[in-house]
Amino acid sequence: MAELVFISTLNGVLYGLLLFLLASGLTLIFSMMGVLNFAHASFYMLGAFFGFQISRWAGFWPALILAPVLVGLAGALVERFGLRNVHKHGHVAELLFTFGLAFVIEELVQIVWGKSPVDFRTPALLDFPAFTVFATNYPAYKLFMLVISVAIFVGLFVMLTRTRIGLIVQAALTHPHMVAHLGHNVPLIFMSVFGVGAALAGIAGVIAGPALVTQSSMAALLGPILFVVVVVGGLGSLHGALYASLLIGLLQTFAIAINLSLSDAFAGSSFSPEPGTLLNDLWRVSVAQVAPILPYVLLILVLIFKPTGLFGNRET
Amino acid sequence: MRPSRLAAALIAILVLGGGPSWAQDTIKIAYIDPLSGPGATVGEVGLKTFQFLADELNAKGGAAGKKFEILAFDNKTNPQESLVQVQKAVDAGARIITQGNGSSVAAALSDWVSKYNERNPGKELIYLNYAAVDPVLTNDKCSFAHFRWDANSDIKMEALTNYMKDQKDIKKVYLINQDYSFGQAVRKAAVDMLKVKRPDIQIVGDELHPLLKVTDFAPYIAKIKASGADSVITGNWSQDFALLLKAAADAGLQVNWFTYYAGGTGGPTSVKQTGLNHRVFAIQEGSANVDHAASQATEKAFREKYGVSIFYPRAFNQMRMLAAAISKANSTDPNKIALALEDMKVDVFNGGEGFMRKDDHQFFQPMYIVSLGERGAKEPFDEEKTGWGWRTIARIDTKDTVLPTTCKMHRPS
Repeated sequence: MAELVFISTLNGVLYGLLLFLLASGLTLIFSMMGVLNFAHASFYMLGAFFGFQISRWAGFWPALILAPVLVGLAGALVERFGLRNVHKHGHVAELLFTFGLAFVIEELVQIVWGKSPVDFRTPALLDFPAFTVFATNYPAYKLFMLVISVAIFVGLFVMLTRTRIGLIVQAALTHPHMVAHLGHNVPLIFMSVFGVGAALAGIAGVIAGPALVTQSSMAALLGPILFVVVVVGGLGSLHGALYASLLIGLLQTFAIAINLSLSDAFAGSSFSPEPGTLLNDLWRVSVAQVAPILPYVLLILVLIFKPTGLFGNRET
Repeated sequence: MRPSRLAAALIAILVLGGGPSWAQDTIKIAYIDPLSGPGATVGEVGLKTFQFLADELNAKGGAAGKKFEILAFDNKTNPQESLVQVQKAVDAGARIITQGNGSSVAAALSDWVSKYNERNPGKELIYLNYAAVDPVLTNDKCSFAHFRWDANSDIKMEALTNYMKDQKDIKKVYLINQDYSFGQAVRKAAVDMLKVKRPDIQIVGDELHPLLKVTDFAPYIAKIKASGADSVITGNWSQDFALLLKAAADAGLQVNWFTYYAGGTGGPTSVKQTGLNHRVFAIQEGSANVDHAASQATEKAFREKYGVSIFYPRAFNQMRMLAAAISKANSTDPNKIALALEDMKVDVFNGGEGFMRKDDHQFFQPMYIVSLGERGAKEPFDEEKTGWGWRTIARIDTKDTVLPTTCKMHRPS
């Protein structure tokens, strides 16, 4: 049991941190532009595919640096030449723009790399078990993902709260006009934040690519969960994004490990639904089986009981 | 719309919309399977197989004086999408449908085809199922228009459990399957059959996970590990198998695997990663290393052409029998093909006699339990360039694979 708890915790934290890499960019972009970027997970996918391609040519380590830079540039270009023009027409136009962009990126990826998964391998340097607990190996690559994610979180946090750049960014979040009057180039700040947000998603893509599956549906698989993270954490809150990411990562991983169903929970009671009925199905379904929908249940509960999210200060 | 845009739009329609469908007098076979998304890896191999078979048959002159043509439709492993695609296939002139990946898709298609045939007498379709193995398709939900070439899930589990019952070191078994009709059929058959054949075996886990959605199986592997299982039974296919074994390799899980589809794309590669030499078993209707000259020659030609191994010997049986049925009926009318297929006996791809049972349109053929690992002298082929190949552990004769059916087929009058 201790073994399962330990391994599940590691897996959950890792998944949570990966979500955070994506959610942090998404939530920053939201707080700045007031727009939920539907194409955010697509930048994550671009990161994975760029990483795959560059690692083919130059190896994994250059890919780890170059791919996020390229994705960041792509993000900046999208902001400069796409979003900024659409911005004039209001939020709905912006939403539709990012929504369409997600499809465009997916189609482009399919044209370039095909529709089936590509063979993105973990680098040979990290292809060994890092440590063994209770006779279970923990792959070095996953440990590496964990370290990178933590490092980026710390870096981002320090930059936003301890440096002058962070100060200006935070000011631009709430008082863009004031910041502009002080002589800062607010559009440039917006573009940079969008670029950095995309680059963070790109990093997540490069490091997740070999561990998960690099394929053209990976954005669609992860996208919905991201919105759950951002809403549960509170729109625009970086802290919230971190806690919500970890919460959802752990929730999903631990739910898989639990075999309990309602019938077990009420084993002492005499209630037992008729076999073959819908109620009976619900009564016997185990937590593990409903694990994939738990984050969405959480989303609904948060929207009902605390629409600002756990740490947010504005209504969703 | 400005003239230039109009022209561009027209060109786009011509380029995108026009297929090679102007070829007039061909036998069109609509291949409806995943060509994008998580199921695409196996869907693409299937398409190559059918293309190869059409070429092979056409080189011999086709059937009834006509050539075969494969039309590909992408259903994204989704039943609703499949119904859209099958309508497109019919519009494109196909009256022969083939599909294999996903019993949920197969059930929807079989139902649709039956209804279509009722409403369009004289324009019937025939549905050739090469891989969807939910038993219900040839039992309670059987249909005159549906023919299945793969052994159904119960037949496979019967063979697997017959082998397992003599393995005395199997004590604790874990079941992990995809959460849809086929996965549930596997788990039910496994539980029922083990209970009878080896009541001492303890089933320590019975897992269902979402179909083709999981990208990291580490949490499931941790659970298998914690259960203390020595063997795992899984019907997982495509990505769901490859990733499951990949996670097992990462965690260093040491168990025996009893599988249906270890041979699918990516499967052998991740089996090799686990280092489980001849401890991953699969039940299938043949393998590259079955000692049979004709099939090994075909295997060689197929690998040279496409760089992948033959994963669907049953597709060979299916297409060769289809050609024979068309020749026998001297017609491409689906109803006549169906009647010609019934009770047809053939020498199957890997050798031995197979037959198409008239009662339920289930094909019976010799089955093999094979294991993947280091190769012996008489095992010329490896899988996915891993160096490891299939070894035949047991061969089950056609007559021993026959199970009763509950099918009450509604036949055309």
